[in-house]
Amino acid sequence: MNAMDLLALLPLLLIAATSIVVMLAIALRRSHALAAGLTALGLCAAFASLFVAAPRTPRDVTPLLSIDLSALFYTGLILAGSIAVVFLCYGYFKSEENDHPEELYVLIAIATLGSVTLVSASHFASFFLGLEILSVSLYGLISYERELKISIEAGLKYLVLTAASASFLLFGMALVYFELGTMDFRNISAASAAPSVASGVIAIAVMLILVGIGFKLALVPFHMWTPDVYEGAPAPITAFVATVSKGAMFALLLRYFNQSGARNSSALLLVFSIIAVASMFAGNLLALLQNNVKRILAYSSIAHLGYLIVAFEAGGSMAGFAVAFYLVAYFATMLGAFGVVTVLSTSGNDLGDLASYRGLFWHRPIIASVFTVMLLSLAGIPLTAGFIGKFYVIAAGASVSMWLLVFTLVVTSAIGLFYYLRVLVALYSHAEEPITTSTPLRQGASLPLTWTLGALTGAVIAIGCYPSPILRLIQAMIIGPG
Amino acid sequence: MILAWLIIVLLGAGVLATVAARWSSALTRWISLAATLLDFSLIVFLWIRHAGHVTLGGSSAWLEQVDWIWISEFGIHFHLALDGLSLLLLALTFFLGVVSIVASWTEITESVGFFHLNVLWILAGITGVFLAVDLFLFYFAWELMLVPMYFLIALWGHERRIYAAIKFFLFTQLSGLLMLVAILALYFLHHQSTGTYTFEYGDLINTRLSSTAALWIMLGFFAAFAVKLPLFPFHTWLPDAHTEAPTAGSVILAGLLLKTGAYGMIRFVVPLFPGAAREFAPVAMVLGVIGIIYGAVMAFGQTDMKRLVAYTSVSHLGFVVLGVFSWNELALQGAVMTMLCHGISTGALFILTGAIQERIHTRELGRMSGLWATAPRLSGAGLYFALASLGLPGLGDFIGEFLVLLGTYRTHPVLAIAGSIGVLTATFYALRLVQRAFQGPNTHAWAIPDLLLREGVVIALMAGSLLWLGLNPQPVLRTFSPAMHALETVVQTHR
Repeated sequence: MNAMDLLALLPLLLIAATSIVVMLAIALRRSHALAAGLTALGLCAAFASLFVAAPRTPRDVTPLLSIDLSALFYTGLILAGSIAVVFLCYGYFKSEENDHPEELYVLIAIATLGSVTLVSASHFASFFLGLEILSVSLYGLISYERELKISIEAGLKYLVLTAASASFLLFGMALVYFELGTMDFRNISAASAAPSVASGVIAIAVMLILVGIGFKLALVPFHMWTPDVYEGAPAPITAFVATVSKGAMFALLLRYFNQSGARNSSALLLVFSIIAVASMFAGNLLALLQNNVKRILAYSSIAHLGYLIVAFEAGGSMAGFAVAFYLVAYFATMLGAFGVVTVLSTSGNDLGDLASYRGLFWHRPIIASVFTVMLLSLAGIPLTAGFIGKFYVIAAGASVSMWLLVFTLVVTSAIGLFYYLRVLVALYSHAEEPITTSTPLRQGASLPLTWTLGALTGAVIAIGCYPSPILRLIQAMIIGPG
Repeated sequence: MILAWLIIVLLGAGVLATVAARWSSALTRWISLAATLLDFSLIVFLWIRHAGHVTLGGSSAWLEQVDWIWISEFGIHFHLALDGLSLLLLALTFFLGVVSIVASWTEITESVGFFHLNVLWILAGITGVFLAVDLFLFYFAWELMLVPMYFLIALWGHERRIYAAIKFFLFTQLSGLLMLVAILALYFLHHQSTGTYTFEYGDLINTRLSSTAALWIMLGFFAAFAVKLPLFPFHTWLPDAHTEAPTAGSVILAGLLLKTGAYGMIRFVVPLFPGAAREFAPVAMVLGVIGIIYGAVMAFGQTDMKRLVAYTSVSHLGFVVLGVFSWNELALQGAVMTMLCHGISTGALFILTGAIQERIHTRELGRMSGLWATAPRLSGAGLYFALASLGLPGLGDFIGEFLVLLGTYRTHPVLAIAGSIGVLTATFYALRLVQRAFQGPNTHAWAIPDLLLREGVVIALMAGSLLWLGLNPQPVLRTFSPAMHALETVVQTHR
């Protein structure tokens, strides 16, 4: 490993350093602002270091990590998401209810490190390492409100199911290694072409790996944990689970399936089609039955990952671009939506019940308008990033004539509108109707929260009206899958 | 550039009006009124400026254009263009915009700023629909008008407003998505045959399509427009949405949103897919005729005055479909004429219904009776527009429906005869409306104020323009004919 390698790794190193620095700082002096500030600063520095790393790509740093432009793009996206989550957490945990909010930021930095490892992984070892770094810190984050039963329950549920799915994943990896003798993504394709290879074993292995990936992405039928974890976790952490952890996994999915040549198997594409259709239908239909905003968003995110799979399956250069663009739009929107929940919630007392959102527009017009923008973006209505994203995904599907998936997307997203509208109706229903809630709305939001939400809203609208800069960036950064 | 300003003025005024509502709701109303009046005068200015050129008929029928690159990665342009057809519909748009703002001057008292934001943004979306010649931009504008309309119904509507608003939104959104898929299919097929990615109307119109592909893609467009129009059996959202919407919402829905569907049929469905459209024409025309008769029969059975007027829209728009799919000069002129006159006469009926509801707090015909005794000006206006709706010669609606039937008779005499039954049934529902509401003894002893000056001026303007269209339709037909010839040449060359 030489200096060039280290420079290419700079973002990862800086994130790792951030977690240590924050930990030491907490040992010296307990200060919420200091911990949050240091974390934000460290993550921002890591973001800035992307520009140092970019000219040194593509470069394989050890067989484990391959840093290329597309990995750096997703690293940037993850860092931006994490920074937003740090700000949201600062606003959320600012009140006195939780006495030790500082360690949270160490965990966030570690989880970010795991995610960034995932997007650069080109080897089963780094894949699993990244996944476990991410998962283990997520257990802590999800049940951070340790006095709350619901939070502990969510954490345990996540722990048990993650452990189970990780063992599936490991078994799959072991089978691949057993049959092919390699764990490097790029060698798998060549090795599996050898005549001595039992293709049945490889097929089983790929399915097992898919279980592990599908669990993290919360695709149907591996989605059971999502609503409970989303409901139980503190709102900003839910935002992290919904965006950063899923985005990292999706980037890995793209890289793994393109490099290992698994994408070319028609049986696997069929499995993906079934998963996509099931996710779109289940996510959108089950969301109709919910009365909790966090659960609605959970099912909505299941559906959105289904849409992403449609783009992923389309293949070709357009698919890579569409996925990257959709993830950008999805990150901004989901962070914004959970940001709104965060603003309205107090630590340990999340505002989930749809009834408490009734008439929000009439006493908190700005927050309600932000929420409206986010919901419309999730629904894919023009002037928002979600619209361009949905357009791109449908275009990717239509470009290779996958009509069944495209029509499923169209029909289910029309169904999806129904629950977004339900929330909108609640927001704008007239104030004289009684507000049946025991949860007091938090009055006034702290400055970092306001800024973050403002920036996210601005991003969602700007991308929706003039997506060209982002599109150019993506076309420059993402290497279309072969 | 002036075309972009038409939209910018509306969007900007919408934001300004919302901000102004913090200080005074009167200021909000005046800002909105000024913006729509400004746009109306701009379009009249364009009309006068091009009045001489319109008849020349050059190679391009576009009178004005704006073409900016928007999202170059997909070949998307911000391309607006105006021809005679768009010009007429825009004049109607801004006229009804002014009318609906004046009509809701006292009706809307809650969150006035947000109300006017929605009204102005719907108008901006409609303007975009009538001007866009880039299919992506068209879809963008098409979707843009939905959200504010949804809010308009859901927030300021009547008893069952949430149900009506959601139904409206789901119907239009689902059909709109089908159109998006169709647009994209056309986009990729065009790329396959020519190697360029473009959403430009003028380029896509020359795409060579196999007849099956053309039929399926056409059906995607047709679905969106048929729901908006609304064509039987896709009409079920309409009575609910019209009835529950506030007056301004009903006027804009009936007067303008329905016209975007008809406009889409004329501008896109037939020119883009002439062969498929001709094959499909009998189906569409039969549905149109069913709509004419069904709408009239349903209207006759209603006891809610607003619902009655809503069903008449189904009937009148059936004539438009009949005219469009006959695709000859007379029928098309009739269709456009019907679109304009229906916008005005139905809009006026909704305003009168709104005025009555504001005064007696009911829309039930059974609770009215004998209003003539207490509000003669209002009742007289009601009679006038009911007669316009039934197609009394001398008023605009007659010209439209007559031309449609005449044009249709040349190609499909049976359908024309069936359609003319609709004219007959219109007499029943229109006269029933007048007799129940205005004539007879004033059994409920209503004593209500007559039309105010503000309402009177609006109604008089609408009545006057209907009379003008009915007695002297030539200027309108002259404005439209070069646009129609241009469309006609496109269709002819591709047959």
